[in-house]
Amino acid sequence: MHNSVRRVFVGVALSLSLQTPLISLVQAAPNEQFVPLATYRVGPYASSGIPWWAGTLDYLRYINEVEGGINGVKIAWQECETEWSTDRIVECYERYKNGKDGAPVAFFLTHSTPASYALMEKGAADKIPLIDPAGGRTESSDGRVFPYAFPLLLTYYGQASVGINYIAQREGGFDKLKGKKIVTVYHDSSYGRETQAAIELLANKYGFENIQIPVAHPGNEQSVQWRQVRQLQPDWVFLRTWGVSTPVAIKTAARFGFPVDRIIGDVWAGSEADVIPAGPAAKGYQALAPFPGGDSFEIHQRLREHILNKGKSDLKDLSYFGKVYYNIGLVNAAIVVEALRAGQAHFGHRPLNGEEGRWAFEHLNVDEQRLKQIGFSGLLQPLQVTCADHEGGGAARVQQWDGEKWVLVSDWIQADRETLQPLIEAKSAAYAQEKGITPRHCQAER
Amino acid sequence: MNQHSHSLPASYDAAPLELTRRAWPWPLLTLLLVAFVLIPVLGDDYWLNAILIPFLILSLAGLGLNLLTGYTGQTSVGAAGFMAVGAFATYSLLLRVPGLPLPLALVGGGIIAAGVGFVFGIPSNRIKGFYLMVTTLAAQFFLEWVFTKFPWFYNYASSGTISAPRLELFGYDLHSPLGRYLLVLTSVVLLTWIAVNLVRSQIGRNWMAIRDMDTAAAVIGISVDRHKRLAFAVSSFYLGVAGALWAFAYLGTASASSFDINRSFQILFIIIIGGMGSIAGNFIGAAFISLLPLLLNQIGQGLLSGMVDAGQLQNLQKIIFGMLIIWFLVKEPEGLIRLLANLGERLKAWPLRF
Repeated sequence: MHNSVRRVFVGVALSLSLQTPLISLVQAAPNEQFVPLATYRVGPYASSGIPWWAGTLDYLRYINEVEGGINGVKIAWQECETEWSTDRIVECYERYKNGKDGAPVAFFLTHSTPASYALMEKGAADKIPLIDPAGGRTESSDGRVFPYAFPLLLTYYGQASVGINYIAQREGGFDKLKGKKIVTVYHDSSYGRETQAAIELLANKYGFENIQIPVAHPGNEQSVQWRQVRQLQPDWVFLRTWGVSTPVAIKTAARFGFPVDRIIGDVWAGSEADVIPAGPAAKGYQALAPFPGGDSFEIHQRLREHILNKGKSDLKDLSYFGKVYYNIGLVNAAIVVEALRAGQAHFGHRPLNGEEGRWAFEHLNVDEQRLKQIGFSGLLQPLQVTCADHEGGGAARVQQWDGEKWVLVSDWIQADRETLQPLIEAKSAAYAQEKGITPRHCQAER
Repeated sequence: MNQHSHSLPASYDAAPLELTRRAWPWPLLTLLLVAFVLIPVLGDDYWLNAILIPFLILSLAGLGLNLLTGYTGQTSVGAAGFMAVGAFATYSLLLRVPGLPLPLALVGGGIIAAGVGFVFGIPSNRIKGFYLMVTTLAAQFFLEWVFTKFPWFYNYASSGTISAPRLELFGYDLHSPLGRYLLVLTSVVLLTWIAVNLVRSQIGRNWMAIRDMDTAAAVIGISVDRHKRLAFAVSSFYLGVAGALWAFAYLGTASASSFDINRSFQILFIIIIGGMGSIAGNFIGAAFISLLPLLLNQIGQGLLSGMVDAGQLQNLQKIIFGMLIIWFLVKEPEGLIRLLANLGERLKAWPLRF
């Protein structure tokens, strides 16, 4: 009996080891740039984590193997499994914040809003920039108070504003918003509540009626909410759900006869995983996309040629190539690579440490021409980060689900950052006062 | 002791000398010396921040749940809910009562959590076992909902997240990893000392009598309902302090989702694996649950990185972790502490077993 059990184990172990392709071992050295990656390949969010990290890894591999590193500086990375739990991400940060084998760390990708909050003060104390594109703490886009936090691309307030701007565009101008009813159906969590202040401000400015309807986590049952929506007869619904609550919302809306093309999904309600489970009901559903889906951008051609076709991709299932989560990984990797490039232009062609990493991110300037060169035109928005502005972009495109794939239906739509800025500054000033931080003088630092 | 075992125990004054003579607990003192002196000298940021602080806090939470489940026999899956109460109450106290010193805020958070625990303990008068477990599950979801729903609890922050306003004690800044470690260690040692004495006291013995058979306990004159509610309150006090430390001394921030049902299960597993009805078991259980996955991760990276695909490596770690839990529980259902005790007994007689 014992022997047969043992034999099964040996068999399983052998077959596992035979199946796995050999991957070249990445060992860090002092002349390399070390990048710790807090991955989540197991646990409840693995289905989004696996393509996400594959996108990041494929791009880093492309930079290392095809372009020979960033100006010759190779990137060495080390994953730690976190299951997307905040305490494991913090542990990963602590484990690798001092680099590995002499290779320094220039930034840490938190990939999680709760983790961005948890690491906020640690990052500032250790001088490690925390990068969380399209997430993170909204007011940390004020770089004067949060020197080491970078909620790049589009903050939560920005997402709300882009949503409203797109609705105005569809209605034919901001003056047409007056008297319209816009319902926000949101996941009742800190993520879902984050945009409320911004939408209220915009409602006062444009005179539309702002109605907020919460969906309790996890959101498997939403008849009550959508019955309420049907009674209200809103002109538009802004859907700020997440995870399983998105397909359920789309299906329930269809059941109550609310037209799906009047629902605008938020960034985190706009991947294939959000619409495929909803089936035909999702056809016509639109969502904000700071990272659009699709595999026909220039960078995808290059990756297909150099990485996918050579069997070097991190994807197990190649059908995920070009899906929204994969592209998020790609975009994130491209942003940090461009930032390192900006830093190297100033500090010389060598690995950067955290303090230099901050300088690098604060001088990140990716214009349309540069986007064309790196093959991200249309996939990534032009980005200019400064000392005071750690968001940089503030735009998203809108994509529509045609039943099989996402189709882009708009160009980059800019958030109304001037209107939002006082709100953000008030919050960051409150934070500065609470923590006793004296804001930096960006002018003096030049 | 053996020759006395068939008669009533002698009174304390008349007890044999070896009972009254107190030996110095050398192993414990050494452990404390290491924890208070050696670790602060040797430990680096990673060890303090990422290993020891969470380990100690989870041990404290396990201790809190063990008082209720292990000693009084009332199963609860609402541990994280009471941790949340402690965290949010301490935050409110620090924010809204100016000049309140940190230890008092922690104790205050604990007391408020104890009050909430007392209220949720009232159903234990009438219901037992699995049914009681369901009411604690309700407490878990209710508390999580409360701390999301009402912005007053998180001071109207846009994301529902609270962060530590100030960590200082008599003018000392406790923000450094070392300061936070010493704060956590001191709290844990103090509360553990109290717990050890509590379970040896009249109250602790009444709790254990209720756990072993509540009808019999009632027959010998123990007020069962009162003691059950007391167990809920004391347990919640411990959990509340643990929650506040988790939020402020470890992560620096917290939101309701930091204390979700998974945290409750984690704490329940700590006491099941460490050992129900044991104080030291909580520490061993917490080490097993919180540190073993990290150890496996490090070993996996060290040995197999590059040879095995990263995704499979991580799934493999989960499988190994799960198998270890099953193996340990099959070997010794009473937990790791019992396993260690048996090992100690064997070692005492080791070379000459027969």
